[in-house]
Order: sequence, then structure tokens, then C-alpha cells
Amino acid sequence: MSFTIFKLCYGDIPDQNAGAAETKQQAPVNEWPLWEVFIRSKQGLDHKHAGSLHAADAAMAIENARDVYTRRQEGVSIWVVESKYITASNPDEAGELYEPAVDKIYRHPTFYQLPDEVNHM
Amino acid sequence: MMNADNNLVNYLLHLADTTLILSQRNSEWCGHGPVLEQDIALTNIALDLLGQSRNFYQYAAIVSGNNHTEDTLAYLRTEREYKNLLLTEQPNGDWAQTILRQYLFSQFQYLYFEQLQYSADTQIAAITAKALKEIKYHVRWSSEWVIRLGDGTEESKVRMNAAIITLWPYTGEMFMPASYEQTIAFRGIGYDCSELKEIWQQKVKTIFEEATLIVPEKVFMQTGGKNGTHTENMGYILTELQYVQRAYPNCEW
Repeated sequence: MSFTIFKLCYGDIPDQNAGAAETKQQAPVNEWPLWEVFIRSKQGLDHKHAGSLHAADAAMAIENARDVYTRRQEGVSIWVVESKYITASNPDEAGELYEPAVDKIYRHPTFYQLPDEVNHM
Repeated sequence: MMNADNNLVNYLLHLADTTLILSQRNSEWCGHGPVLEQDIALTNIALDLLGQSRNFYQYAAIVSGNNHTEDTLAYLRTEREYKNLLLTEQPNGDWAQTILRQYLFSQFQYLYFEQLQYSADTQIAAITAKALKEIKYHVRWSSEWVIRLGDGTEESKVRMNAAIITLWPYTGEMFMPASYEQTIAFRGIGYDCSELKEIWQQKVKTIFEEATLIVPEKVFMQTGGKNGTHTENMGYILTELQYVQRAYPNCEW
């Protein structure tokens, strides 16, 4: 047995009462999938998340990223990945995931005397 | 000597006008692209072409003297003085027509500039060598779109075929040198464009085959652009392109 839950705001007329065409709860078929774009600004540095864009496939995503995100010399290398393949941590679990680290200051390497000869630490 | 300079000026104007007019056409899409990403892609190409045309106009201004500048050459000449290829002034039509126009031209421009980078004129050699990297991307971008649309849905194929019928008659002109082109080619500054016809057809055929499209045969070819005889589209383009300079002469911002 399945239920359908309608959320109605004040003044709304339910579709089934209004005689409107049935609305479908799915993404439009003519919309291209979303891709996340990572740009390496110069050799030796990491790829960093630059933003997202729509493209029909990976090849087009690379070209779109080139046109949208590197037109002011921002990069020398591009990665793209379809957004649906990214698994994100749940913001509701931030408490157990991140807060236990707050009082563990001894994990920061700040209790050592660095010799003067060591640079770039 | 005077005559020889005129040939070079005409040749430079032909190169400059062709890239300016196609840039102007592509700019019409700015803010109207089918999706944001492609809007930017096409606007980038328009800017590349505008940069190329500026280089040619600046050089043409120097060679011609007569107090010309890149601006007077672009904004104060009349329709019959423009020497752009007819292909570049054809309307945007739908996305398929815009894409195909870009591909047919970029494929030619790439082959042509590949030769011009060895021009005996060091300025032309430098301008074309710099532009080649841009054009390589234009070819890549537009040819992939030709394949996508040709081998896409039923509707995209219909639109692509309509674009081929509309634009093909304007492709022949690319390989028919005007008299100033022949003179300049003879001097080792230009290149005989008729030499490129076969390889261009080969390249286009390869892309069309991948796109499941058919290369038209035995089509009557329109000519005239290189000598200032244009299609009815040209006046409208210049009206818009030159409007501000005509309405407010010598204005600056």
C-alpha cells in the first residue's frame, strides 16, 4: 500500500481537485547532467574545485570547463566528474564527525622546536 | 609600387573583414545561447575572431597610410568596400546553422593559416601563427557539435541537413582567389587558396561521415564577397556594427 503526501500552502489548490495535468517529479529529460570541475592552476599544485556546469558527456564537460573556468588563464589541467558520483558527508552528522577533533590540539605539530634551517613548514 | 601596396591592403582587409563579420555574427548569440556553457563558448570564439581581425586591421592601417586606423577601417567603410567571405555574413539561423557555418569556415581557416604562418611577410606570419592555436580549438569545438547534431536526434539531423543546404553554396568562394589574392600569393606573402580545396573536402567528408551526414555534390557556388559584392544580409550587419560610430562620429569611451 502506498501513500502520497501533498504539502499544500495557504491558497494552493490540489492538482487533483484543480483538474490540472499530472506533474511529474523527475528531472526534465532534455536537461544535461551536472558535472563538478576541478582546475589545477599551475604545474605542481593540486586540482581545486572550481564549480559545476552542465554537459552532455565527459568530453563536452571538459570543453565547457575550458570555456567557463579557464578563460582568464586560471588553469593548466582540468578534471571533471559527474556530480552524482560524488558522495558527500551528511551535515546532520557534523557533530560526531568533526567536533571530537576540536579539543585534540596535541594533534597539531605545534609542540616541536623547528631548527632555523628548515624552511617552508 | 603603389599598385603592389593596394594588393596587400586589399588582401589584409579581406582577412580582417572575414574574421570581423563572423565575430559580429557569433556575438549576436551572446546572452541567447542554448545553455550558459555554450553561450560562453561561442562568445569566446567571437572574441578570438575579433582579436584576429584587429591584428589584420592594424597592419592594414599601417600599410595603407592615409591616416587610417583599425577603427576607421572597421567602422567607416561601406558595404561594397568589405571583402569578407559570403559564408561569414550568412544569418545565424538556428544552432545547427551557426555551428555548421563555424565548422566549415574554421576548417578552411586552419588549413589556410597553416600555410600563411610561413608567409614572406613576417607580420602576417606572426598573426597567423598566433591565431592557429585558437582556430585549432574552434575546429575541435565546432566539429564535435556537427557530429553531435548530425548523429543526434531525428530533429537535430533534420536541422543539420537544412543548414547544409543553406550554407553549402557559400563554401566554393573560399577556394576561388580574387585577383589581389593571386598577386599576393605569387609574391610569397599569401597562399593559393584553390590548393586547399581537396584537403578541405577530405576533412569535411571525414567529419560528415562520422556525423552520418552527406556532402552535397554539384552545387552552384555563390561568389563576390572577396570583391565587395555581398548578399542582402551585409547591409543589416553593418547597420548594427557601425551604428554608434555613425550616430556619434569620433565618440570614445
